[in-house]
Amino acid sequence: MKYTPTIGIECHVQLCTKTKLFSEVDNDARRKEPNSCVSPVDYALPGMLPRLNGEAVRFAIRAGRAMNCEINAYSRFDRKHYFYPDSPKGYQITQFYHPIIGAGYVELPSGTKIRIEHAHLEGDAGKLTHFSDYSLVDLNRVDTPLIEIVSMPDIHSAKDAHDYCKELWRLMCFAEVTYGDLYNGNMRFDVNVSLAPEGSDKLGTRAEVKNLNSFKSVERAVEYEISRQKKILEAGEKVIQETRGWNDATGKTTGQRSKEEAKDYRYMPEPDLPPINLSEEFIETESKKLPLMPKDYREKFAGIIPNDILEILLDYHELMKKLNEIDNKYVKIISNLFASVLLAEEKSAEYLNDLPSAKDLIELAEMNEKKELSSTATKEVFLRLFDPQMKGRGAKTIAKELGLIQENDLGALEAIVDAVLAKPETKKAQEDFKAGQEKVIGFLVGQVMKESRGKANPSAVQEILRKKLA
Amino acid sequence: MKTANKKVTAERLVRDALEKAKHFSDYNIFTFINEEGAILRAREIDAKIANGEKVGRLAGVPYALKDNFLSPDGETTASAHILGGFTSPVTATAVEKLEAEGAIMIGRTNLDAFAHGSSTENSYYGPTLNAFDRKRVAGGSSGGSAVAVALDIVEFTTGTDTGGSIRQPASFNGIYGFKPTYGTISRYGVVAMASSLDCIGFFTKTPEDMDLLMEITAGRDPKDLTTLPDYYNSIDRDSLGAACPSDTLRAALAKSSCSAEHIAPSESHRIGIIKDFDNESVDKEIRDALLKKCEMLKEKGCEIVELEMLSLKYALPAYYIIQPAEVASNLSRYDGVRYGFRSEKSADLDSLYNNTRNEGFMPENKRRIMIGNFVLSSGFYDAYFLKAAKARTLIIREYEKAFSKCDFILTPVSPSPAFRLGEKVNDPVAMYLEDVMSVSLNLAGIPGLTIPAGKTTEGLPIGLQLVGPRRSDKNLIKFSKELI
Repeated sequence: MKYTPTIGIECHVQLCTKTKLFSEVDNDARRKEPNSCVSPVDYALPGMLPRLNGEAVRFAIRAGRAMNCEINAYSRFDRKHYFYPDSPKGYQITQFYHPIIGAGYVELPSGTKIRIEHAHLEGDAGKLTHFSDYSLVDLNRVDTPLIEIVSMPDIHSAKDAHDYCKELWRLMCFAEVTYGDLYNGNMRFDVNVSLAPEGSDKLGTRAEVKNLNSFKSVERAVEYEISRQKKILEAGEKVIQETRGWNDATGKTTGQRSKEEAKDYRYMPEPDLPPINLSEEFIETESKKLPLMPKDYREKFAGIIPNDILEILLDYHELMKKLNEIDNKYVKIISNLFASVLLAEEKSAEYLNDLPSAKDLIELAEMNEKKELSSTATKEVFLRLFDPQMKGRGAKTIAKELGLIQENDLGALEAIVDAVLAKPETKKAQEDFKAGQEKVIGFLVGQVMKESRGKANPSAVQEILRKKLA
Repeated sequence: MKTANKKVTAERLVRDALEKAKHFSDYNIFTFINEEGAILRAREIDAKIANGEKVGRLAGVPYALKDNFLSPDGETTASAHILGGFTSPVTATAVEKLEAEGAIMIGRTNLDAFAHGSSTENSYYGPTLNAFDRKRVAGGSSGGSAVAVALDIVEFTTGTDTGGSIRQPASFNGIYGFKPTYGTISRYGVVAMASSLDCIGFFTKTPEDMDLLMEITAGRDPKDLTTLPDYYNSIDRDSLGAACPSDTLRAALAKSSCSAEHIAPSESHRIGIIKDFDNESVDKEIRDALLKKCEMLKEKGCEIVELEMLSLKYALPAYYIIQPAEVASNLSRYDGVRYGFRSEKSADLDSLYNNTRNEGFMPENKRRIMIGNFVLSSGFYDAYFLKAAKARTLIIREYEKAFSKCDFILTPVSPSPAFRLGEKVNDPVAMYLEDVMSVSLNLAGIPGLTIPAGKTTEGLPIGLQLVGPRRSDKNLIKFSKELI
């Protein structure tokens, strides 16, 4: 029998607000001591009350609009209870009944649309590190604002699951609501996978793989689950509804807890926080602050940057913003330069931490267009633009310092050609060429290039040589 | 309020209060005496007075804090073992405001652990005794605070009222006790019991003192998003209501206007009495006291209006669903991981939680945690919590209707005067019935003031409860003078 996989994905996005969701301490705990970004509210001292961070609400509106979602004028917080040392209050403040972000969709580069069920604001949990006979608790991450994005079960392949997660990541980065650092858990994915006989309108029993933090692991976990569940079904057995963990090293998922032990979170309206009431104007104003999205760039650069290159560049928001500052006629050459660097260099992304100025890039593109730089020279100057030693000197100065500017002045070129032709060692080649040996022209051009110390424009040189030797 | 001056120093006032506190130590009023700290603070204020510097409206006035207010002076225990050893690094907003006016905390007062109870018998530190009869309960949960004022140790104390915890002990000890409109005084830094019901208030001997304390502590606090704008000291009709947990309550708070400016002369006041409360379940001497006060008001020209408020019968059941639910949630943070008591017996995480909470909580705390978790559990939420929330809405509406017919309502505070120690301790339902007349105010978010109304033949104080619409707090306190 053939089976259709159905996949729904929940994604947690850490928002890069200045302060935490419910207190005024620093939300950026990168490179900070454990438990150094914790307020009495986060620490859950008695009598402490949450204060809602308005910036997180504005970020949520932007994130929602990036996914073409409705923004709910009324939303509210609830308490989700569980005991674990990563949760100082004994509950997580989340939006169970009335989320801030309503229905929408994410369009994949392939054109497939994945519907969003809703997305809500909530506080993150702390981090536990386990040792043989003790565990350490770090509360720096407690109540970092998160939005949890819940997709509809619209995904039917491991590749689409991968593409959906990646597109979601781009949308959140382009909306500038997260640092988007997957390695450090800024976005985490929970994948629900089920299999149903092809053509069936009922969904099969699902298993949930939690806490995936890369697109590749999403793809591999889905692939693994599809084949695991297929084997179970083909053997006539039943898939157990459960949470499974992913092991990246073995490439396998393993059962963690089954539904029998499913937790009862005892949801309750959060009495310490007012509901969020958003006016239409406020939503409108915030929505307008949404920067250009991947689809805007796809439209803008259609026919200018080849699709496959654009899809590579779209992983880099800062780069896209830079290209947006540059006149379309230079975009093609500049985007090609970036693509070649990103494809060839081992640590390509590092190149994008600190981009050259648009002015430098345009100057470089202009020199290339005017044939002042050969394509090899252009790339060389381009790489130097990232060099901290060279930076700020300008593309032209760098090209000059490196002696890479091509000689295009016909008068000057003619003088060099004449000088070369006057040399006794070129006499034989001149005669051979006149006798019809076409390929010796290469030798002559080479001599001229040598004489010009590489600066001559080789095609112009050839043209002059042909004229003179005709 | 007797403030310090050049002749009667703050140190004198504080030493007198400390002396009295020691004298009445058998009453088990205090969980902590702030002797050293209070005297140091008094000297600071005396130095200011001597230098002719400006001092606050409570300069040198000794007071006591119910032991569920956070401040770095002494441990904040909420009379619960599980908070043993906890000294707060932060100070409650209400405490900050009182101390900014020069008030001096001389001690922390006993309460039912986490304010769960109506007799102060649920304290880890044992019961507080009634000021008028040492064989009887102080009432609760703010029993220590009520007795401290009743015995003249201090002129005022703080309290918290979730279902009657200020009004009932005030009544049992013959003093004034006020539960303001929900959101009037910041809850920041006060150990939470049930967040949508908790109110901060005071015990005093006079309405004037109560008014002063309200003026000082009322107002919006950015640290408590459920606080109202300061309607008590200024009239701001346009400002939006506080962010209340119950949407109905919130909407009601938003639209209720402050009536401070249109207080009418007393003769035109209409006073409501609730028919159902004037019945057999209420002690006859309390009913008589209520009728006597009604006669007195009639003589002063007030009109007495009989009210039928049928939905009030849902108040106690609704309260004993919403309150335990919020209690169970608010007590989740006491897990022995970060502060307070931790059981040493534990071998792993589960036993750490189980032993710490089992040893650290009082039986009544555990009872409410279990009820609360039951009513919130999946499959029961709609049947219990949601239904109780709907009953709450009915009660809010019922009071709105009542206040269209009258200005204030006068009711008993509790069905009987102070009962004997141990009398109800093994009968939780009888204990819960103590709250039958007080909890509806917390559900509706409206203010209630306990006023002394004589004594029973046995010599026990009787208290009556003056109830007003939302934000009528200032008028309510002012009108209570008519009942003296």
